[in-house]
Amino acid sequence: MSLDQFTTAASDYAHSIDRLFWLLVIVSGLIVGLVSVIIVVFLAKYRRGSKAKRSEMPEWLSGEVEIGWTAATLFLFLFIFWWASTRELIALTPPPGALEIHVVAKQWMWRIQHPSGVREIDELHVPSDTPVRLAMTSEDVIHDLYLPALRLKQDILPDRYTYLWFTATKTGTFHLTCAEYCGTDHSVMAGKLVIVAPQDYARWTAAQPQGDDLAHQGEALFRSLGCSGCHTPGSSVHAPDLHGVYGHLVQLADGRTVVANEAYLRDSILLPNKDIVAGYSPIMPSFSGVATAGQLVELLAYLKSLSSDASRDGAQQ
Amino acid sequence: MTDMTLPFAPVEELGTESYLDEGHTVMSWLGTTDHKRIAILYALSITVFFFIGGVAIALVRLELVSPQGLFLTSDEYNRLFTMHGIIMVWFFLVPSIPATMGNFMLPLMIGAEDVAFPRLNLISWYLYVIGAAFTVYVLIAGGVDTGWTFYPPFSSNYSHSNVVAAAAGVFVVGFSSIATGVNFLTTIHMLRAPGMTWFRLPLFVWSMYTVSIVMVLATPVLAMSLLLLTAERVFGLPIFDASAGGDPILFQHLFWFYSHPAVYIMILPAMGVVSEVLACFSRKHVFGYAFMVYAMFTIAVIGFMVWGHHMFVAGQSPFANLVFSFLSFIVAVPSAIKVFNWLGTMYRGHIGFEAPMIYALGFLGLFTIGGLTGLFLASVPIDIATTDSYFVVAHFHTIMVGGTVSAYMAGIHYWWPKVTGRLYNEFWAQFAAITMFLGFNVTFLPQFIMGWEGMPRRYHIYPEVFQAYHVISSFGALILAVAYLMPLIYLSLSLINGERAGDNPWHARGLEWQTSSPPPKKNFRTPPRIDRDPYDYDVREEPPEPKIGKAL
Repeated sequence: MSLDQFTTAASDYAHSIDRLFWLLVIVSGLIVGLVSVIIVVFLAKYRRGSKAKRSEMPEWLSGEVEIGWTAATLFLFLFIFWWASTRELIALTPPPGALEIHVVAKQWMWRIQHPSGVREIDELHVPSDTPVRLAMTSEDVIHDLYLPALRLKQDILPDRYTYLWFTATKTGTFHLTCAEYCGTDHSVMAGKLVIVAPQDYARWTAAQPQGDDLAHQGEALFRSLGCSGCHTPGSSVHAPDLHGVYGHLVQLADGRTVVANEAYLRDSILLPNKDIVAGYSPIMPSFSGVATAGQLVELLAYLKSLSSDASRDGAQQ
Repeated sequence: MTDMTLPFAPVEELGTESYLDEGHTVMSWLGTTDHKRIAILYALSITVFFFIGGVAIALVRLELVSPQGLFLTSDEYNRLFTMHGIIMVWFFLVPSIPATMGNFMLPLMIGAEDVAFPRLNLISWYLYVIGAAFTVYVLIAGGVDTGWTFYPPFSSNYSHSNVVAAAAGVFVVGFSSIATGVNFLTTIHMLRAPGMTWFRLPLFVWSMYTVSIVMVLATPVLAMSLLLLTAERVFGLPIFDASAGGDPILFQHLFWFYSHPAVYIMILPAMGVVSEVLACFSRKHVFGYAFMVYAMFTIAVIGFMVWGHHMFVAGQSPFANLVFSFLSFIVAVPSAIKVFNWLGTMYRGHIGFEAPMIYALGFLGLFTIGGLTGLFLASVPIDIATTDSYFVVAHFHTIMVGGTVSAYMAGIHYWWPKVTGRLYNEFWAQFAAITMFLGFNVTFLPQFIMGWEGMPRRYHIYPEVFQAYHVISSFGALILAVAYLMPLIYLSLSLINGERAGDNPWHARGLEWQTSSPPPKKNFRTPPRIDRDPYDYDVREEPPEPKIGKAL
């Protein structure tokens, strides 16, 4: 393992963060240098017994000085804030059509599920020059996916979804690790981020033992878990039709309107009584403990495939 | 002393009956309501915990010399860094300056006989002891492995360690902070001597005032969050458990709503001490006194609104991130102003290099570095890259150890003659101060670098590429350990054979130096009237030579 697996900047975003970082290092270095020089000069010049001239500074002058350096500091800090925030705002939303990869963290391993159905453990293969969006959840405690080469980090919460997106520009093998303390083997919950050219990603995908893609596996589950018994148009049970739900507004019985994103769909499966859709009664049983985290990913992939414009990624809005 | 023996007593001893001579039994200490004796009880207790916490981290640093570890299991490692955090934060840093120097000096500095509620003051120490007892129990029972931050659901549903007892210890010790805060606020409002107007208060008293506000308002939130955590762990009440409709992020909000202001609980008193020491050893009025007061208030108030900067990657809204980022930059302004004012205080002064001053200068340098690296972490994208890495570890140790511990040592040396009436060996004190500064930098500068390069914190096993940094850092920790043990030795020796200090060896102008050293039980033999401010040094005068200790 070499240091390059950590420090290489593997995306344009990472380069822009590095520029900001070094700007801050230079500014800080200048300030520390200035303060040190002032201290050393004062210590030498005004040491006890030295012949330097001494008198109190007039009050009006010290007031001016105070206001002067307060204003200077404030402007400097606001400038840094502005610079840092614009970096942040630019990188806020992923471009439409990003490749969506699911990450499930658990003590102490990473399970990755690609949209093609390919699964891997402790390794994350991604194509370069392609926006990639990671939809992440945890099976137990809070973890944090840390990708040093991309200068990115995001906590992963149990029973919640968090996201991370990036467009890698540099191919290679980089470090991937857990950054949120998660118990005994936290420090070895590590893996590899493998960035390959898009055609290599396609080749790699094709070479993996093929299951169905996630959506098809989800469809099978949708039937085997009994969801289809109620959620089909011809069913005798009054349950909402799930076509076109993902990414759209849903009117709830208590008057709220929510966007049906991953978190909402997930909650609706595990905590069906939390958000009741207007016009339906709370009769659905909870699938908490029935569907595993991996199966939930497949179910969600299927539900997304039922929305024609799922790729538009409206769930973020 | 009876009338019979009076004529035979040496004349100067007549006036030297000090608080130390008011009873020599154990009960005269454990049952005392004298703020000065309570300060000493606190000082002894926190010193014990400082060294326990120090041993924990010494083992961690030794283990980290090798990327695969040397002698600990991962569980043992996790328990050691957790105990280090819990003990150092709640049983050393939070009470460090307020409960010792604050307790001792505050009434002396405002011309009062004691604090407003002397018995509450003693109760606060006993609360500390009860909290400490829980913590000692946790140590003996095998420790706790949640990290000092106690994040659920790990702490509530997954950890197999003594979480409840550890939380109980922190819960109880919090009330000792609250009691101290209430006591100080009341004392400063009600017991100032005639003529001690608000703007004649020493900056140390102002720092105690502002820190008390923070302790009284923030600590209850810590108590609540730990209570809720315990309810979830023990009774299964799903407050933070998302699978039952709770919210794990809620705990982090509550926790940091206390724990960020807690950083100011640690640093505001340090600012107070350093202001006193710099003025005395520059023999000059504090530059921009009023601005210093306003700066502390600004820090105390805005300090309550920046907790979200601990959670930039936790899953809070990106817009909340920007607001917290903005406020974090704003709260840095008054801290910067204080650095400039301290420099201004030295300008055209008569600067002496006695040990308290060396510690204070070390504080200035390290506080500047700690503050500037805070700007890195206040920037959201830099924080995303560096949070949960050694960069953050190095940053907050620079503030808490480089800042607070340096200032604590400055204060201990500055007021040592006041408290004990003795002088310590000046050479060793200066040597220890310089050693501490160097040891600190050797320990933490490599941590900044490896943190930026991607070394996550709380790692037992780590990638080999970081080994060189870890070895240097551990070597620095060894230097620091020596720097901490030296004062333990020469200060203890000074109690046995240190020269008598006289009442005011530094020729300081503060009111606490205008009574005998050590002070009498009621602090002042005649009630003081104040007609000047505590920094009225005249820079045009030739400075008197301070009296320094030579005996070892």
